[in-house]
Amino acid sequence: MSVTPRDEAYWTAQMLAIASQRDRKAFEVLFRHYGPRVKAFLIRTGLTPVVAEDCMQDVMVTLWRKAHLYDPARATVATWLFTIARNRKIDLIRKTRRPEPEDLPWGPEPEPAQADVVALQEDTRRLAEAVAQLPPKQRELVERAFYGELTHSEIAAETGLPMGTIKSRIRLAIERLRYAMQSDGPTPHTRAQQK
Amino acid sequence: MTITHSIDDSYLMGFAAGLLPEPFDLLVATAVSLDDEARARLAGFEAMGGALMMESEVAPLRDDTFDAVMGRIMGTPPDDMIHSDIKTPRMDPTFPQPLREVVGGDLDEVRWRSAGMGVKQAILRMGESGSVRLLKIPAGKAMPDHGHKGTEITLVLRGAFHDGADRYGRGDVEVADPDVHHTPVAEAGEDCICLVVTDAPLEFQGLLPKIAQRFLQI
Repeated sequence: MSVTPRDEAYWTAQMLAIASQRDRKAFEVLFRHYGPRVKAFLIRTGLTPVVAEDCMQDVMVTLWRKAHLYDPARATVATWLFTIARNRKIDLIRKTRRPEPEDLPWGPEPEPAQADVVALQEDTRRLAEAVAQLPPKQRELVERAFYGELTHSEIAAETGLPMGTIKSRIRLAIERLRYAMQSDGPTPHTRAQQK
Repeated sequence: MTITHSIDDSYLMGFAAGLLPEPFDLLVATAVSLDDEARARLAGFEAMGGALMMESEVAPLRDDTFDAVMGRIMGTPPDDMIHSDIKTPRMDPTFPQPLREVVGGDLDEVRWRSAGMGVKQAILRMGESGSVRLLKIPAGKAMPDHGHKGTEITLVLRGAFHDGADRYGRGDVEVADPDVHHTPVAEAGEDCICLVVTDAPLEFQGLLPKIAQRFLQI
């Protein structure tokens, strides 16, 4: 079997190797791939490079320690790391633990269904593609809103657009993404996420 | 359980991006715990965050970074692997876990104080970025009409209330902008318990018109 390093399944397999065998090689592979992006994300949201480096290290320590909690049917490795990085950053700033939704109860089968894992990986790939293909203006708005570079009213001030337009623009971008994800195939993506 | 007023996308996206004012985080986490459809939408926004993170540029790491992390992993006891993240609540708790953690337990741990007119409240948090409190409106009674600075979000945890033509039951969310005057009325039969969050610091000014505000500390 050949795997290309770009394949989501490849990264998921590394995660599972850490969870089940404490595989250091797998950890280093994930570290070198995701570490620089986690750090860049943290810098982009306002941390200094020095603080971002420390925070990224915390995230990677968490990855090692909580690998057994990773559920490939509910998130890709990138999504999971994104949420860990986001939470860690907020905890650093606020000095209290941020509340997270109650975890879903574990089902009767401890192993996620392989079909769900594959479906989610496929959906996430399509989402990433859809994000990349958004018209530049919409993409920039989504990105800036997501990275907290501009509040809604600041976007309005900057572009001279009224608030209502901004909201509907962002909503349009979101709908476009949803549409892109649904029109490619009959994958029940909400089912995979809701599980 | 059917949610008829699900939490809005903008709050889920803000939560996913980590950009909400602190008091709203607890409300979103609690609402999502009760609403699978909102949980799925949140997961979608988090996937978007992951995609944006992977799409953006990379930042060079320090040369010794990997060794430093391995050193930390090997050098410190893995304490958070020992205590489980999963807590077993008693059967059918009223409060989802994120709220139980703030309250220090379920409904029976709440220390209610009178807020006047039969309404009771418990302030969980109050600060620059807003306030978080629990409200208990007696069955069949109305919340005193009140205005508020900033946005006020109400999540129903038990019972139900009516506001105009709309009914809000467990898991439903009502958002009221600063200029909205609303008068929620608790449904007959059961006291209505809500989590209420505002993003504006509390203000006490004026006299008579602000009396309700003073009682309720909205």
